[in-house]
Amino acid sequence: MTTVSDVDPTQGGLRKPVLSLRGISKHFGAVSALTNVDLDVHAGEVVALVGDNGAGKSTLVKILAGVHQPSSGTIAFGGEHVVLSDPATALGLGIATVFQDLALCENLDVVANIFLGRELDPMRLDEVSMELRAWTLLNELSARIPSVREPVASLSGGQRQTVAIARSLLTEPKLILLDEPTAALGVAQTAEVLDLVERVRARGLGVIMISHNMEDVRAVADRIVVLRLGRNNGEFEPDASNQDLVTAITGADENAVSRRASRRRVQQSPELGR
Amino acid sequence: MTDDTHQASAKRLLDRSDERVRHADTLGSVVGAFVDRVRSGDLGSLPVVVGLVVICTVFESLNPVFLAPDNLVNLLFDCSTVGVIALGIVCILMVGEIDLSVGSVSGFSSALVGVLWVGQDWPVAVAIVTALLLGAAIGALYAFLFNRLGMPSFVSTLAGLLAWLGLQLYLLGSSGSINLPYGSPLVNFGQMLVMPAIVSYALAAGASLIVFATDYRTAARRRAAGLSASSLGRMVLKALLVTVVLEFVAYYLNLGRGIPWMFGLFVGLCVVMNYALTRTKWGRSMSAVGGNREAARRAGINVRRVYASAFMLCATLAAAGGILSAARLASSSQQAGTGDVNLNAIAAAVIGGTSLFGGRGSAYSALLGVIVIQSIASGLTLLDLSSSLRYMITGAVLAIAVIVDSLARRSRLSHGRA
Repeated sequence: MTTVSDVDPTQGGLRKPVLSLRGISKHFGAVSALTNVDLDVHAGEVVALVGDNGAGKSTLVKILAGVHQPSSGTIAFGGEHVVLSDPATALGLGIATVFQDLALCENLDVVANIFLGRELDPMRLDEVSMELRAWTLLNELSARIPSVREPVASLSGGQRQTVAIARSLLTEPKLILLDEPTAALGVAQTAEVLDLVERVRARGLGVIMISHNMEDVRAVADRIVVLRLGRNNGEFEPDASNQDLVTAITGADENAVSRRASRRRVQQSPELGR
Repeated sequence: MTDDTHQASAKRLLDRSDERVRHADTLGSVVGAFVDRVRSGDLGSLPVVVGLVVICTVFESLNPVFLAPDNLVNLLFDCSTVGVIALGIVCILMVGEIDLSVGSVSGFSSALVGVLWVGQDWPVAVAIVTALLLGAAIGALYAFLFNRLGMPSFVSTLAGLLAWLGLQLYLLGSSGSINLPYGSPLVNFGQMLVMPAIVSYALAAGASLIVFATDYRTAARRRAAGLSASSLGRMVLKALLVTVVLEFVAYYLNLGRGIPWMFGLFVGLCVVMNYALTRTKWGRSMSAVGGNREAARRAGINVRRVYASAFMLCATLAAAGGILSAARLASSSQQAGTGDVNLNAIAAAVIGGTSLFGGRGSAYSALLGVIVIQSIASGLTLLDLSSSLRYMITGAVLAIAVIVDSLARRSRLSHGRA
């Protein structure tokens, strides 16, 4: 296995999209979760997907992971038209996903979870090699997992997050989808995950990252794509102003965030408000 | 052991570098860890062992024949038929589903063997294979109903319970039962054949040798890979313990008629199933599907195929159990597989420690559980109690086992052990 650090970073940044979505729609009964969404991700690029609750971010990720099938629209992966009919197909193409609801089996231990569905030596499980590889992956992520032989049920939210990320890296994917990767993490672990995202990018992989945390998004994203009520609502550079982003996310200049900001301004300097 | 500590001081082992985890390395701490585990609800086979001791004490004090070698040999003959069915139940419970029709499937296959072999003069082997294949087909039907039509296994197998019982009665016709010829290999296997003493001792010794060899090889590989490994002393102790227990069991049973080959077959199936569940990719998928179906699906596991394998194995083993019980009784009758067979098989798996909630279980729970169930049945029969009392007592034991299971599960959840 090649380690994250020893891959030539210059191969990143090629201008050919790894993934391109055109006109993706998804209906759940009468509800349109996604309407005509377009999205391109290039090799060696981190695309942040932001939007309010219910904007359709997680639905989009689940479509790319093969969990849901789009109602209409096309998906091209590596220039080829593909149909992601189930999670195994997506994994086989090289799309690895870290889900928000982490999708780990709590009754299995860490090693079994990391290798789930991809066990070494199917007829006579090679536990020693799997455990060794699990430790290597977890150490690369500077993970603090006490024991890989305890069931996942005994781990904290952050530790489970690390296990889920380690699992996505096992298959040497071409595109990684991270759904809220830092939501459950502490300060140091957040920084480590962001470092990890950068190392993954340096290997020339495409990354789609969903986050509500604008600070994290600005820190690593090359491009910020905004979804609102299931539609594309603008693309921004990471240095775009906070106000522009919030406006795109909420859909109005006048919104809860701006109202709160102006209220605070008034409170801090009362004479301005009079 | 000394070179272990030496190695650890030179460079910490990969899986021993976190000081927050307590590791059970000495004998004292192994016992401590066991107590901790039990307290947090990870009971393993402890309830069975306690239950067996209680049962043996009670029945032995009421009737000293209970623990006599020949009674135990008979008990093992009886265990094997229900035990094989319980082994199938373990499979289906692993994925968190249930098969309530195992009794009817076993009765149907015993009737089928009787009709094909005695009635139609088919060779006995062909009759047996046909019955097993039909068992697998029944499982495939349940899997189809479950996977494609979304029918809960509880309902489809309840329907099956009635349907296969009807088919069994139809096959047997008005006569109601078919006697299997005494002296035929199948009936001999079910009633008489026991291992020669020397074979039983050799098998016991072989088993402990295999236990030691696997442990030793794993430890050597782990040490070579820089992981912690159990010490030689501990492995020798474990192997010695296994040897002493198995050889004593063999010796005691050889005071009577000896160990039935049918029981040997059952134990062999348990060993194979245990290997498949713990050491193969398929077994891992079974636990994963039982633990978190959606997570398993997202990991790329073909969940439908896993369910299908569980349903088919369960029904096939139920058919095998039916054939063994026909051999044991030397007849295929309308009563075969009815009454308490169904619940005894399910109770055996649960009493042995397989969870009704999926994702947790072991092939050996069928072995342990069925011994408990049959001990109760045998003890009550020795006391000349009617089957009415036997049903009530077995029902109470099953209820207790399920209560222990759900309490332990709740405790595991609160102790982070899932």
